[in-house]
Amino acid sequence: MGLEPAQAALARVPAGPQAVKLRASPAVKVGISISIATGLYGISFGALSVTSGLNLWQTMALSLLLFSGGSQFAFIGVVAGGGSGIAAMSAATLLGMRNGIYGMQLNALLRPTGWRKYVGAQLTIDESTATSTGQADPAEQRRGFWTAGIGIYVLWNIFTLIGALAGSGLGDPRQWGLDGAAVAAFLALLWPRLKGREPVAIAVACAVATVIAVPFVPPGVPILVAAVVAALAGWLSHGRRDEGLEPDIEPYAHPGGCHARGNAADAGSQPGDTPDQAAAP
Amino acid sequence: MSLWIWLLIACVLAYAWKLVGYFVPAKFLEDPRASRIAGTMTIGLLASLTVVNAVASGQALAADARLGALAAAAVALAFRAPFLVVVIAGAGTAALLRLMGWN
Repeated sequence: MGLEPAQAALARVPAGPQAVKLRASPAVKVGISISIATGLYGISFGALSVTSGLNLWQTMALSLLLFSGGSQFAFIGVVAGGGSGIAAMSAATLLGMRNGIYGMQLNALLRPTGWRKYVGAQLTIDESTATSTGQADPAEQRRGFWTAGIGIYVLWNIFTLIGALAGSGLGDPRQWGLDGAAVAAFLALLWPRLKGREPVAIAVACAVATVIAVPFVPPGVPILVAAVVAALAGWLSHGRRDEGLEPDIEPYAHPGGCHARGNAADAGSQPGDTPDQAAAP
Repeated sequence: MSLWIWLLIACVLAYAWKLVGYFVPAKFLEDPRASRIAGTMTIGLLASLTVVNAVASGQALAADARLGALAAAAVALAFRAPFLVVVIAGAGTAALLRLMGWN
């Protein structure tokens, strides 16, 4: 697949022992393939964003500055539905809360210092976190985070631009079913998080709350009503602590991948440990 | 113009969330409630956004071609199709249903 040239290029550029090490690194391999898979769907974000009424610069600002797939889709989804800017901002911000949790896990795991904290923070998303926490060795965790983070950032922005340019030439978005594409995109973001009975129950409760709220409040607000219902469910119930914190695209999709991630997620919850001990299953 | 302002605020707050994680004392990780709420809110918001985009038309509820897109996406996801394929299935189904006269 498209993976080969990228890997070959990576292996060619830096000669010497470092190159050999990187080519042999499982975290770098996973990081590159997740970058391509995630970056590619930036094309759908770009196209949907311009057909939702944002211009090219606003679309690019979201990918360059906000850089969190779910929040970006939420922002344009609210705007597309006729919601206000403040409702779009609120939905995007509430969805971004989980990145704060990822930041805590990664800080305990990778212990970045100085400017790396500030750059790493911007690259802290579902996929870079999952790539990193799915590895057991601290050096691999570090490589996985930076490869996936930088790779996705670059490709996501390139493909957002391509999608936005293509989308602005489409004419009537409804004729092309792009409103249907938005529905599909949100379901695809939700799907990997519905593992078990409780997340499904929460999703259904929030969907019902949304439908009930639609006729009574301005567009965009039903989503915030659902956020309150979901927050209450999280506050009162006692399910898995990492429920809903699955990445949109699972970097370790092969059998055993989930197990590895589960271990690392637990490890992230023992901040007193050194990364070495924390990574041990 | 005002959309720009809210957009930029959203960008600043998104970075703030991310950065906060790197600076809060590690003991916060011991309280599972924050991660629970972050997780359930992600599920709830995505479920809500799915439904709003499928059936809301301003403040009215509508059953149109977007429901077909929702069903097609669910089928594609059940068959473990990649993200982009799911999105194209949704768009294609909605477009096709409109061609056949169902709005």
